[in-house]
Amino acid sequence: MADSVTTADGKADRPVLEIDDLTIRLPKGADREHAIENVSISVRKREIVCLVGESGSGKSVSAFSVMGLLPSRDMAPVGGAIRLEGENLLEVDEARLRELRGARMSMIFQEPMTALNPTMTCGAQIEEVLTTHTDYGPEERQRRILGILEQVHLPDPPRMAASYPHQLSGGQRQRIMIAMALVLEPVLLIADEPTTALDVTTQAQILKLIKEIQETHDTAVLFITHDFGVVADIADRVAVMQWGKVVEEGTAEEVLQRPSHPYTRMLIGAVPSFTPRQRPRDPAAMVVLATDGLSKIYTGGGFFQKARAVHAADSVSIEIRKGETLGIVGESGSGKSTVARCIARLIDPSDGHVYLDGDDIARASTARLRQLRRRVQIVFQDPYRSLNPRRTVGASIVEGPMNYGTGAAEAMARARELMTLVRLDPGALDRYPHQFSGGQRQRICIARALAMEPDLLIADEAVSALDVSVQAQVLDLLDDIRQRLDLAMLFITHDLRVAAQVCDTVAVMHRGKVVEYGTAGEVFGDPRHDYTRSLFAAAPGRGFAFGGVAA
Amino acid sequence: MTSPDLVDSAAQAAASAERPGLLRQLSRNPSVVFGTVVLLVMVVLGLLAPALDTLDPAGIDPAWRNKRPGTEHTITLPSGQELEYVHRMGTDSLGRDLYSRVLYGARISLVVGLAVAVISIAVGLVIGLLAGYVRWLDGVAMRVMDGLMAIPGILLAIGLVSLWGAGLATVIIAIAVPEIPRVVRLVRSIVLSIREEPYVEAAISVGTPLVPILYRHVLPNTIAPLLVQGTYVCASAILVEAILSFLGVGIPPETPTWGNIMAEGRVLFQVFPHNILFPGVFLALTILAVNLLGDGLRDTLDPRMAKRF
Repeated sequence: MADSVTTADGKADRPVLEIDDLTIRLPKGADREHAIENVSISVRKREIVCLVGESGSGKSVSAFSVMGLLPSRDMAPVGGAIRLEGENLLEVDEARLRELRGARMSMIFQEPMTALNPTMTCGAQIEEVLTTHTDYGPEERQRRILGILEQVHLPDPPRMAASYPHQLSGGQRQRIMIAMALVLEPVLLIADEPTTALDVTTQAQILKLIKEIQETHDTAVLFITHDFGVVADIADRVAVMQWGKVVEEGTAEEVLQRPSHPYTRMLIGAVPSFTPRQRPRDPAAMVVLATDGLSKIYTGGGFFQKARAVHAADSVSIEIRKGETLGIVGESGSGKSTVARCIARLIDPSDGHVYLDGDDIARASTARLRQLRRRVQIVFQDPYRSLNPRRTVGASIVEGPMNYGTGAAEAMARARELMTLVRLDPGALDRYPHQFSGGQRQRICIARALAMEPDLLIADEAVSALDVSVQAQVLDLLDDIRQRLDLAMLFITHDLRVAAQVCDTVAVMHRGKVVEYGTAGEVFGDPRHDYTRSLFAAAPGRGFAFGGVAA
Repeated sequence: MTSPDLVDSAAQAAASAERPGLLRQLSRNPSVVFGTVVLLVMVVLGLLAPALDTLDPAGIDPAWRNKRPGTEHTITLPSGQELEYVHRMGTDSLGRDLYSRVLYGARISLVVGLAVAVISIAVGLVIGLLAGYVRWLDGVAMRVMDGLMAIPGILLAIGLVSLWGAGLATVIIAIAVPEIPRVVRLVRSIVLSIREEPYVEAAISVGTPLVPILYRHVLPNTIAPLLVQGTYVCASAILVEAILSFLGVGIPPETPTWGNIMAEGRVLFQVFPHNILFPGVFLALTILAVNLLGDGLRDTLDPRMAKRF
């Protein structure tokens, strides 16, 4: 690569970043020998390369190795090279690496709240980058800070510079991170799932910003994501990783439209379609759950503060019939989980009625509640925390039935049946949760909920923490169970694609209120409320037809 | 529907590799090994004191006061028998054999340490669990604990001793009470974070009543930190007992405890330092052992804590 080709406009055509045949060792006792193996990726000027893969595929390790941020004792590169503008980063010393970080290459992270220092103002944190790498005077630094804040479209830059991270919203924090990463105009920006923690509408704005800034600054971007929707929106080229190897690489169009590797096909095939699946409804089916004006008001404040009231849920009226799935979609803070918790009576509603099979349970006493609990069961979001790590999964599954007087032997026999129902090995009942993967744990949680023989199953973001291929399996399982047991299901999600796949009716929530409510066909086909429309418009990969590729 | 997925063997292998047995893990930690060995030696010395060539620790011999370590002399036992005896650690200002007193003193120190740790942890655990889990109780219990913490421990001990008179039980209670608030705070903070875990919510939604939730899901999470806290309480209790005895408000002076022996020797320290040196070394070794054991336990039971340092 010594004789770099020079193009007509005088720019060297050498890639900004070349990862060349890189292999990184994992510590002994890990599930495989190498974190990444013979990985070669290159990123050119003005190019966005997406690194896609499921959790554990090695995509973050690749990115961190470029920045020299790997825990050196546990993970060491054993072969290959990483070249930034021709300089091999594996051979330079720590001092040179520090010089390059921030100035020539920089990184933005998934969680902007934890990546920013909560005790420093945002302006001071950007200034720190400038004082470390440049000898600008105070006025010049200030001018640059305000300039970059302007460029990332933050309103009122002087006020933003004086704010602390906790005073900003998630999207604003991510903009600060981007400003910090780009203030020195690095040639390479590494973005590690920068929009995963954000709501869809914010995500769309941040993606737009990254693309815009990257174009004006000629930055090369290595963008790590697990979301094919995001890939479709932003990528010029795509590299797909599985088990530490790059299994497919090509332009975005090639990889998304004509994936050649079976793994890529499986991944793209597992992305749920936006077109709602129409199912015939039975209008005569019994109404299992109905809420009427359900409200939850949180009152804050204390002796010394003015009391303030937050309407987490405001007059929510929904209805679910036997064998049907109602989806509540909305962004974080929209009150969708509050509604689920009120229905499961994990929190007490402030006002309104919750009818379960006709009984009002909104204000049921503790004693009556105990009998009601078995009729509503809930599957939580985080499969790593919803099972007690110190108890065998069998003990977790039989806990509920045994609370209501079922004998141990009978409960275990039923647990074995349920394990088969959720497609797990019944012999695994005496294992502990840490011996299962995320998807398997989520199935165990479903089995635990089903052990109570509920009338209503609530899935509170139950597939959000799962990889897309596992998510497809769990969705499939939930649908199968709903059909077989003729369950009523309440499905809480922020993911419109998932909602389109599983729901018969959909309620869109915004700031505690249901702004749109109808059958999935109506809501997805002809959204009436402005908020619903903006939500749909923001969904990543909207214009791209996924699911057309057979796995 | 396909056949049931099997738990992948890789995950299983990794799981069994990360738990090589708690005992084996503990036995590989030098702090734990050192602490345990020293403590065991102290326990054996205390228990077997009568068999280890000791005299009556309270036996006064005015003719043989303040002898230096290694002094040999013939003593007449109460039975009239004559005995050639070496005072390995010398004698104190009343002619009592220091070696015997130090060994018997180990008994009191260890009993005080253990009893205080057990009492403060048992009481603190119950209050902490309830304060952390039962909302309305939280404020009341914690303010009482704050109040208790505001009283200096030693002053409380002095007050109780002057109220009830000196004695082993009084001293134990006097030392245990000020330790309780710290245990309560620790337990409460663990409970507050565990009660928000989805698996506790899951247990509520399958109808598990309060007591089994505390017992099954919350309590097990407190055991490791409490074990560690217990060793620190134990070490500080042994020390406080020695301080109280030294100040003359602890266990009656004729009972041999390390604090009492040092209090006795304090007047003549410049001339006969052995009176303070020997019990001091035993006390320091014991405290060191208990603290090392605590550090080692913390590192082994909670690897996240260990990596931070």
